[in-house]
Parts: sequence; structure tokens; C-alpha cells
Amino acid sequence: MTENNKYWRGIEDQSNPELAEKLAQNEFSNEISQADFLGKDELAEGETSRRDFLKFMGFSTAAATLAACEAPIVESIPYVVKPDSLTPGVPNYYASVSYDGFDFASVLVKTREGRPIKIEPNNDAPFNGATNARVQASVLSLYDGARMQSPMVDGVAASWGDAMGAARALMTENSVLVSGSVISPALKTAISKLGLRHVSVDAVSQSARADVYESLTGRRGLPTVSLDKASTVVAVGADFLGDWGGENLMGAYAAARKPGEGMLRHIQVEAGLSLSGSNADARIKAKVSEYETVLAHIYNKVAAATGADKVAAPSVREEIASSVDNAAMELIQAGSGALLLNGLNSATAEKLTAKTNELLASASFNTTTLEYTSTGSDSDFNTLLADIKAGTVDTIITLDSNVLYFSAEIATVADKVNIISIADRADETTSKAKVALPLSHYLEAWTDAVPVDGVYAVGQPTISPLFDSKSAVEIVNGLAGGSESAIDLIKASASTTGNAKAWNALLHDGFASMPVVVIKHNVAPSIDLNGIKVGAAIEGIEFYTYTKAGMGAGSNANNPWVYELPDPISRLSWDNYLVMSAADAVALGVENYAQSNGAMNGNTVNITVNGETLENVPVWIQPGQTQGSVGLAVGFGRESVGKVGNGVGVNANTLLATSATYASAEIVATEVEHGFASVQLAHTMMGRKIVNEINLPMFLHGNPAKWNETPTFETHKGPLSAFETNLWDDHDHETSHMWNMSIDLNSCTGCGACVVACSLENNVPVVGKVEVRRHRDMHWLRIDRYYSSDMSEAVAEEEGIGAIEKYAKMEVPSESPSVVFQPVMCQHCNHAPCETVCPVGATVHSREGLNHMAYNRCIGTRYCANNCPYKVRRFNWFNYQANEKFTDVNPAQDDYGRMVLNPDVTVRARGVIEKCSLCIQRIQLGKLEAKKDGRMLTDGEFTTACAQACGSDAIVFGDVNNPSSEVSHLKQEARAYHLLEEVGTQPSIFYQTKVRNRA
Amino acid sequence: MHYESPVRNPLILGDKSYSDITNDIAKPVESKAPRAWWIAFSIAFVMFLWGVGNILYTIGTGIGVWGLNKTVDWAWDITNFVWWVGIGHAGTLISAVLLLFRQKWRMAINRSAEAMTIFSVIQAGLFPLIHMGRIWMAYWVMPIPNQFGSLWVNFNSPLLWDVFAISTYLTVSTVFWYVGLIPDFAMIRDRAINPVQKHIYKLLSFGWGGKAKHWQRFEEVSLVLAGLATPLVLSVHTIVSFDFATSVIPGWHTTIFPPYFVAGAIFSGFAMVQTLLLIVRKIFKMEDYINIEHIEMMNIVIMVTGSIVGVAYITELFVAWYSGVEYEQYAFLNRATGPYWWAYWSMMTCNVFSPQLMWSKKLRTNLVFTFVISIVVNIGMWFERFVIIVTSIHRDYLPSSWSMFSPTFVDIGIYIGTIGFFFVLFLLYARTFPVIAQAELKTILKSSGENFKKHHDEHGAH
Repeated sequence: MTENNKYWRGIEDQSNPELAEKLAQNEFSNEISQADFLGKDELAEGETSRRDFLKFMGFSTAAATLAACEAPIVESIPYVVKPDSLTPGVPNYYASVSYDGFDFASVLVKTREGRPIKIEPNNDAPFNGATNARVQASVLSLYDGARMQSPMVDGVAASWGDAMGAARALMTENSVLVSGSVISPALKTAISKLGLRHVSVDAVSQSARADVYESLTGRRGLPTVSLDKASTVVAVGADFLGDWGGENLMGAYAAARKPGEGMLRHIQVEAGLSLSGSNADARIKAKVSEYETVLAHIYNKVAAATGADKVAAPSVREEIASSVDNAAMELIQAGSGALLLNGLNSATAEKLTAKTNELLASASFNTTTLEYTSTGSDSDFNTLLADIKAGTVDTIITLDSNVLYFSAEIATVADKVNIISIADRADETTSKAKVALPLSHYLEAWTDAVPVDGVYAVGQPTISPLFDSKSAVEIVNGLAGGSESAIDLIKASASTTGNAKAWNALLHDGFASMPVVVIKHNVAPSIDLNGIKVGAAIEGIEFYTYTKAGMGAGSNANNPWVYELPDPISRLSWDNYLVMSAADAVALGVENYAQSNGAMNGNTVNITVNGETLENVPVWIQPGQTQGSVGLAVGFGRESVGKVGNGVGVNANTLLATSATYASAEIVATEVEHGFASVQLAHTMMGRKIVNEINLPMFLHGNPAKWNETPTFETHKGPLSAFETNLWDDHDHETSHMWNMSIDLNSCTGCGACVVACSLENNVPVVGKVEVRRHRDMHWLRIDRYYSSDMSEAVAEEEGIGAIEKYAKMEVPSESPSVVFQPVMCQHCNHAPCETVCPVGATVHSREGLNHMAYNRCIGTRYCANNCPYKVRRFNWFNYQANEKFTDVNPAQDDYGRMVLNPDVTVRARGVIEKCSLCIQRIQLGKLEAKKDGRMLTDGEFTTACAQACGSDAIVFGDVNNPSSEVSHLKQEARAYHLLEEVGTQPSIFYQTKVRNRA
Repeated sequence: MHYESPVRNPLILGDKSYSDITNDIAKPVESKAPRAWWIAFSIAFVMFLWGVGNILYTIGTGIGVWGLNKTVDWAWDITNFVWWVGIGHAGTLISAVLLLFRQKWRMAINRSAEAMTIFSVIQAGLFPLIHMGRIWMAYWVMPIPNQFGSLWVNFNSPLLWDVFAISTYLTVSTVFWYVGLIPDFAMIRDRAINPVQKHIYKLLSFGWGGKAKHWQRFEEVSLVLAGLATPLVLSVHTIVSFDFATSVIPGWHTTIFPPYFVAGAIFSGFAMVQTLLLIVRKIFKMEDYINIEHIEMMNIVIMVTGSIVGVAYITELFVAWYSGVEYEQYAFLNRATGPYWWAYWSMMTCNVFSPQLMWSKKLRTNLVFTFVISIVVNIGMWFERFVIIVTSIHRDYLPSSWSMFSPTFVDIGIYIGTIGFFFVLFLLYARTFPVIAQAELKTILKSSGENFKKHHDEHGAH
């Protein structure tokens, strides 16, 4: 018999089974409910026990703490119904046009979550599909908090209805509409509907040149050029890579300058060193006032060769006469491949130029297809000035034309008229206006354009107006009594221009072809040189104005990027200054000198032109500047443009009449010192092979192993290159992609578009003048500019000069230097010196040939920056996004400015290093897209921001492991070399040797 | 008893007994601080506070308050770091290497020299910390297990080697110093009247009883630690020099840096010991213990190491020329003739020319001259580091990036602050620690004491 064993769970179970049972059933005892506990009356009367007290206190402390920990509420409202076209995280692109009276570009606007963040080139566009630095920067002007936020009447905010009423009340038949060049057919229609006298005047005038073609063809415009048909171009004062015309010639120039047989020969005659001049094969230094005589001299040579009549002209200065003769001879030899360009706003100069091209039957100087981006008329403007003085004008309506800033003449008589200003901000003109009507930024507005014969383009808004503003066409139409919306006006305009595309296709592409409206002749008749009068050069010092690559005519004058971008030539940012030759500077006793921290300082002068004096203008001694000629950039010296631009530089426009580009000047040195924001302290290559440069015959006939010598090291295996000798284990570069970049130094013109594009794409902080001055610019991509020096290794050896003297002399740039530009960004070394020295491994190598930077891991020892031979690493010295020192300049400190930040790229914190990532965000996006589609990446599917912005295709990015990619072909080029290859860093970036077309 | 030749000069002057030594060395600890001490301490403390303020300003605002730029990313910070580490070399050399070589003259100076070492290494250690852009992440340089996945430090980085080298050096030096202090703390404990003071020294002396076993262990530990510390004397500055030598920057990438840096470190360390001890012996009236014999010995070390440093400078120039590398040649030419020529020639004058005067016995036994030279040498050694760091990187490969450096008031303030901090520590030490290793010193009284030697001469050996 089995025993029925009894097991107890515990001693209690045995001694008192009933109680144990009861307790077991009531395991989760809850005898006192909360309500009972708190509701008991006696609790209030009874003593609170110590335990209770602690409970209550604990609870209330915890509750109070938790309440205090509440996360800040950031207002963001999700879509109730998500728009079809908008997926968070995925950018949308819209074709549009950008035109500010100076620059025209067909662009693609990249928008993220409904806000435009980047301007990209519209590569399909037939005219100006490329973007320059100013167009790239213009997106930031949209988010400028200094823009007018609502219409104003007598300085008080008003509704649109009231403001329009006030404006109409001021308008009579004696009112005049003043605008810049108008290229929009819709706007033209609205203006004619307005029925007022219309005066068009440009801040940077080409009026006299346009006059010539207007009388020729009946169309007011400027000739276009086809550089692909040219073999020799002689440009006299025409900075055709800069501000010469509305046509962007970067791409055509680079294509025509591909090294090889038939490479375009370029001779530049100019006073100050321009972008075109620094890219030229030969450069002749002539004063601006000598341009006419130079052109007459060239014309006379050509006329002599072709049997045409000569013109009477003063003789060319002896020092340059033979060079000008040579230039003329080269043009004659080039025949129909010849191209003469003039940049002087003078009918005489333009006629001589056009006639020379006509005599030579130049195939590239096109007077039948005109471009219309600079069609202002100085004579109309001068008549207006006279009428204002005479009191026959009662009101002027300025349409996006800051005349009181760029015209000193009208500023003195502005009190005699009422002003209605249609502008984006309370600028110098608007602040004097009775009625101010806020104008939308081009990214908020509908517009259309005929920039050149045969091209019709439309601009569409990519965001609702941030402020209470309207587009130009809508405002003018409104003033004329119309009530149509902007889109209807543009639609109507599009339907009348005879363009071939349907509305949606037009919007998608951004452009269409259209028939050329011929008014007089379609074939240019011969130019008549009868009665032409060639002016004599100014004795003594002449003063002229010019435009800078960043600022242009000044429409982005409150945009920190255009200030922060160093001038490609002088490498100075945040300033304008009088460029002066060294000889003139010595005569005046002015100097530029470095401070102990490397910041450049200089003396200032008082300059008097036509009785007007500008005081304390800083002088920058510019190699290549013509003696007796001083230049000052326009667009600076603003008084009411916004916190960024106010008080930066001086206003050059006050010295010259609007129609003039130069005048005689008197200069007196002052005691005042000026601080420059110079990013480059040494200007020569010190005899080092940094930019490899050769002449065309060497390229055509020389041995590449000689002119593009690979540095080698002597080893026991014989001489080996830096790629074959190293201490390190190589990274695997075969398995995956291998991103490389080719930078063609022959194509790079130094324009700076890539620098601005990079900054916008990668949220590179703006640091302002004080910091740039201290060499703390944050640009990930910089364009080094070197001048040639009269001293070289060869000269030193020949003359027996010792090393100390040699290097001292090498530091001094030549008075007439050759200029080279070299974009330098992180070279993505495959044996990166930065990677080995980082104690925490914050910068590491990728399998795809990239050098990564993990901001989160960086502790900021800056060892990597020291050990970088290319000095491309940038340290966040301050918290640029919050530090008060940067409030005025850094857009990220502004609620509006912050909207331009690229959400794909981290904004770096204080204390970390940053540098070029080769736009890793674009690479990753491209790879992901391909992966989603289950396909291989194709070459050119995506590219870096710099390569994309480059108008001359100097920068090519791609995968060298893809044998069909463009970059892998470029790597095999004879011209390809690595920067500082001998250091053994094995960069992923390589350069193409610069070739000059000279013997 | 050990016998020492009468040819050797006595190391302890005057008619000293063991009790005299005890009294003399305990006196600064037991007596009230002299006026001079309070003045010096106040000045040092103000400098220290100024430095603290500047460091906090840097941490609060960013490294941008210094004079650095995109090209010169290190300047006074790392100059000061290397300078202080260098100064910190003499102590261990004196107490460890000279112990192994049985140099008895070290006994009068090793305590203070090692105190100086520890205090200067503390100053040195500050700079790698505060020069970081994000000091709050400084612990990431330690190879500690973490939750960041497999994230680890980069063992290839010389900066990481620095972390190990400096922390090891500081630890070993401190332990070595402390072990030596135990019998002397016990001496003060035994004499203390004030109960608080007695209690503190009781704790500090670890229950030292002066038993034979204690002495035996003391000797053994000292010897073992000396053996451990000796390679550190060479390794620390070697590793510091790797910061530069392993880089690719012309003027930094130099294979002779390790021996050159070690010689320079000993050079500057001895100079600093001279500076401090000349003051200490005067103020605390210890001329009998730290006498001309000691000073001359140290001057000879300064002269020899100064000459080694001079040879290194000239070798660098030769190698630059001989290498045929244009960047290297330019770097050295630029040092001597470029914008920082004054720093280079200050360095040359202070470090190479001035110690050569020590060949004259008259000069090297002159106290005023020694004091001046000891300061000149440290100025020169500061310039050496400045020249190496700034003149190399301010003009390296690409002329487009060449720049200049100028310190801001914060750079200067932090440097002044570390000098203040150093003297605050040293002055506190001088008031509370036996500044001479009296227990050790007593062991040579009967062999190297003046009275003993005289007695021996007069009466012969007994």
C-alpha cells in the first residue's frame, strides 16, 4: 500500500492550514482601496504618519519633477492629406528661371518638404543652363528676413488694397516707370497696359553697345558669340567669363579650350585682372581709356589687310603697341575663326569691334541672334534725369530697380518726385518711397522670359510667398487696373509667344523654342564707321568700376554667401577696394601688409572723380593691374539692404555717372588703416609643382613622362612611384565602387560657382569678416589662385642666386603674372595622414575610396588638420549656429535663414572638424535608388554639388571601378596627376594639367 | 661604513649631526610661513585663478578664443604641453637613473625635483584636455568598453600613445615619490605637537616604524620603482616626439626627434630644478645641503644636454639639405629666415650658445649666473617647441594655405595660469612636505659630510 505523503509548503501550512489557505486565495490583497484611503474623513483629522508623509512628499516631488521635464514643443503640423507630389525626405525639382537684371539662368530648383533649398543648373536649357556663383547663392536671398513683409504707405504697413490705391493715386500721365532690363513678355505687356513712360536702366550699363545693335537690327540687344566656331579670340576689356554679357560662356569656352589641335587662342586686353584675363594665353595691360585706341588700332590693321578704310585714331601707347599688333595679326591669320570682343560701354568701341569682326567674316560673332539681358538705355535715363530736374515728372515707379543706390545723379534730385517702389526690401530707393510694394523673390513668383532670340522660358514659384509679396507682373498689371493672377498672366503670355510646347510641358522643361521676331533685318547690315571719333586715353590716373564674381551688380547684397565667397582674383572676401598696380601704390606711398596673425591690412586713400570724393577707400595692390588705372567693384557700400550687407565696403557708383564706366581721378593717401579679409597670404607656388602647367606645343609634341613626371622613390626594386611604395596595407579598392574625381585645371576658370554650391549643399557655416580675416573660413572647397613669379629655379641657377634670396623673390608675384586656379577640397587620400593620427578614429576610410568624417565621434584635437598636406580640414572654432558674434552673418541663426539648410546634411557642432565628404548624401541616395530599382548604378546618375555647379565641366565625379565611366577615362589621360603625389597619400582626387595656347 | 675619497667634495657642509639634519629639514613644515612665501603664494594663486578663468572661457565659448586658424591648428597649447612635459623629466631622471648609477649627490635634490616633475606633468596634462574642441568627450581617448558598438580608440594615433605615456609616467612618478616620502613623513609625525598635524602625517606615513624590515622593503621598492621609472624617462618624451615625427609635415617628420626631444627635456628639466632649488635653498636656508657641488653637477648636465640639443639642431639642418626634399629644405630655411626668424634665433641663442658658457668653472659655480641661465634655458626650450610646432605648419606644402599665428590674451592667460598653478602646488609642497629626502641624506652624512671628511683627514681611518 502506497503511503499518501503530505507535503507542506511551509511551517505555517502545517501549523495553521486555514489561515494559509485564506492567504493563498487572497494573494493580491487589496483591502484598502484608494478611494477609501483618500476618502476617509478621519484621515484629515488623524495624524499623518511619518510613512504617509514620506509617500506624499515622494509622490509630489516626483510629479513636480516630471512636470518640469516636459519636452519643448516644436510646432509642426503633419499633413492631414499628404500631397501626391510630396514625400518627406524626397526632393522635388522644378524648372524655373532666375533673372535679376544682371544674371539670367535656366535653373532647376530643388525643394525639400516644400521649401527650395538649392539651385541647380537646367542642363537641357538652350541658353544659360549653367549656374554661376550668384545664381547659386540666390536661394538664400529668398530666406532673407530683411525683405519687406507687407506693402507700406508712407512707411506704415498697409494692405495690398490700400497700397495699390495709394500708388494709383500718385500716378498721373507724368509718372514714369523705371526698371532694369525687361525680358519678360508678360511684364512687357503689363507695362504697356500701364501706359506710362517706361525708362529701362541697368545698374551695370551696356547701353551704348545695345544702341549699336538697335540701330542695326531694330532689336535692342547684344550680340551672342559661338566660341565653338572661333580659333582666336581677342577680348578688349570684355570679361566674357564674368560680366561681359548675359550669355554664360563658361561651358563653350572650356570646350573650345580643350588641349589639342585647334585649341582656342585667347588674348585679353584689359586694365584690371579679370577672370577672362587670368585665363588668357596672353594678356595686354591697357587702361580702360585706351580700349578705344586699341580697338581702332586692331581695326586699322585688319582694315589694311582687307582693304577697308582706316579710321583716324590716336596711337597706342608704345609699351603695348607691338603686342596689340601681334593680336591683330593673329586675328587676321585666324580669318573667320577670329573673334574680337569689346567690353567698353561705348558706341565707338562696339562699332569698331563689330566692323572688325565683319571684315574678318567672323563666324562666331553673332549679330543676328541677340540676347536681351542688358538692354537698358542710358539716354532714356538721362532724359528722365533732365525731366526730373525740370519738374515735368511727378512720380517715378521703380520696378526692382534700386536707382537711388546705383545712380548718384538721381539720388540728388529724388526729392523732386514721389517714388513708388516695387522692390523686395526697404532698400535705398524704397526707404524714400511714398508707397512700397513688396516684390516676391523669383522662387516665389511666376515669370517668363525671352533672354535670347528664339528661346522662351518660364519661371514658376516653388514656395508660397513667405511674406505678403507679389510677383512683378501681378503688381504692374494691378497698377494698370488689371486683376488677373500672375499664373493667368504668364499663361496668357505663353500662349501668345508662339512657343511650341503645351503649358505642362513648358513648366516641366522650363523653356521652349519660339520664333524670332524680326523687326528690321534678320541679317546684320554693314556697320558704318563714318564720323567715328576715337577718344584719347586719360593722362594720369583713371578710375573705373567693375563687378566681382560674388556680388555682381548687387542684387544679392544682403546674402552672406556672396560676401563670404573670396574674390577669385584677389582672394579677399567681405570687401570692395581700389585695385591698384604696385607702381602706383609705391608712388602714392600705400601698402598692403600682414599682421602678426596673418590678417592683411592696408592703407586707404581718398579718391576724387568729377568733384565727388569717396573717403578712406582701401587699396589692394593687384598684380597684373595696369599702371595708371584703378578699379572699384560695384554693389557694395549699402546703407539699407539688411544686417549682412549694410556698411560693407564703399559705393563705387557715387563716383561715376550711370552711363560712364571710367573717368579721370585724383587720389590722396590717408592715415586710416583698413583690415582685409584675405584667405590667401602667399600668392605664388614657390617653385613647387602644385599646378602643373605646360604650353600647347609641349602638350602636342612632348613626352608626357617629361611634362607630367610621376615622382618616384629609389628602392631596392628600382625607382617606384608613391603608389607602389608604402608602409601600409592597401584598402580594398576593387570590390565595390571607387569614387574618384577629376578636376581639369585647363577648364576651371576660377568663377567660384562650385564654392557656393558646396556651401549650400553641405550647410557650410558663414563666419563673417572678422573670422575670415583670421584665416578661419570654413569653405570645404576653395579655389587656390597662384600668380607666376619673375623668380624661378631656372633663373636662380642661371644668375647664381642663393636659396634664401631665391625664396624671398619667389614670394613676390610678377607684375604681369600668369594666373592659375586650382580648386582644392579633401583629396580623399587612400593613405590618409588624417586617419592615422585621430586618437578616437573619428575619421576613417571607406571601401569606396572616401575619407569619412564622423562628426559625432570627433573630440576636436585638430591633429588631423595639422597633418593634412592639403589643409582642407576645417574646425568649428565657435558654435556658429548660436554664438552672438555670428548673428549678423550666419543664416542658420535666423528662423528664415535656417530653412535653406539641407536636411540631408548634419549641421556641425562646435569643436568638431569638418571637411568635404564628396557629397556622401548624394552618393548614398544614388546607391539607394539603384538598389530599390535592383539595377547597377549608371555613370553620371548623380554627381557632387561642385561638379554639378561647374559651368565648364572642369569637375567630373564618378566610379573608376566602372570602366565605362567618364572619370575612369579621365584617369588614363596623359594630363592627369595627383596633387603632392610624392607625399604618398594616394588621393582619390586627381587633376588635369593646365595647357596654355602659347609657344 | 662606506668610504669616500677626500678628492670628492663634501655633499653636506658644516658640522652637522643627524639631529641637525632633522631639525633643518623639518623646520619649514613646523614653523610659520615667512612673508616671502605668502607673497609668492598670493601671486601664484592669482595667476592660477586667471588661468582657470581663461580655461573656463575657452570651454564655454570654443577654441576660437585662441589665436589658431585653419592652417595653424596647434600653437601655444601643444607648445606648453611639450614644454611642461619636458620640464617634468628631470625629477625622474634624478631620482631613478641617478639612483641606479649610485650618484649620492642626487639625495639633496631628488625630492624637490620629483615634486616639480609631478606638478609640471599635471600642467602638461591639462593642455591635451583643454585643447580638445569637445573636452566633455575627452574620456573617449581611453580604451574603455562602451555601448557604441565596436567603437574603439585608434591605436595608430600618437596622440593616443601620449595618453598612455603621460598617465603611466604620472602614476609611476607619483608612487616613486610617495614611497620616498614615507620615512620623512614618519619623521614629521614623530615630531608633531599639533594633534591634527600629527594625525595627518600619521596617515601619510603609512605606519612607518623605522624597523630594519621596513628599511629593507623601502630600499627594495625604491630600487624596483627606479628600474620601472628609468625607461619612462626615455619613453615619455620619445612618445611625445612621435606626435610630430610620425606626421607628414616637413619640419615635423624627422627621425631624430626621439633622442633630440629626450635630451631637450632633460636639459629644460634640470634648468627648472636649478631655478627652483636656488630659491628654495635660499629661503629655507638649506645652503649646506644643496651646495655649490650640487649646482655645478646640474650645470654640467645642462651643458652636456644643451650640446646634444645643439647637435640635433644642426643635424636637422644638414638632413634637410642632404635629403634634397624641397619642402623640407624650405621648412628649415623658413625657420631661420622666415617671419618667425626671431623665434628660431631666440631658441638658438638660449639653448645652444648660452649653455656653452658653462665650460667655465667660474661661471658654472656662480649662483647668479646659474640662476639666469636656468631661466634662459627654459625660455629657449619654450621657443624650441614653438618653432617646431608653429613654423612647421604655418608654411607647409601648399602656399595657398600659408598663414601666421598670433596668441590671444586667452592663449597667454592659460599659459600664465599653468605657471601659477605649478607654483601654487610647489609652494604648498614646500610648506608641508620635507623638501629634502632627509632619511636618505643621513645615510651619506658619515661618508660625504664635511665634518666627517675633515675628521677623517685629521685622524685617519679608525
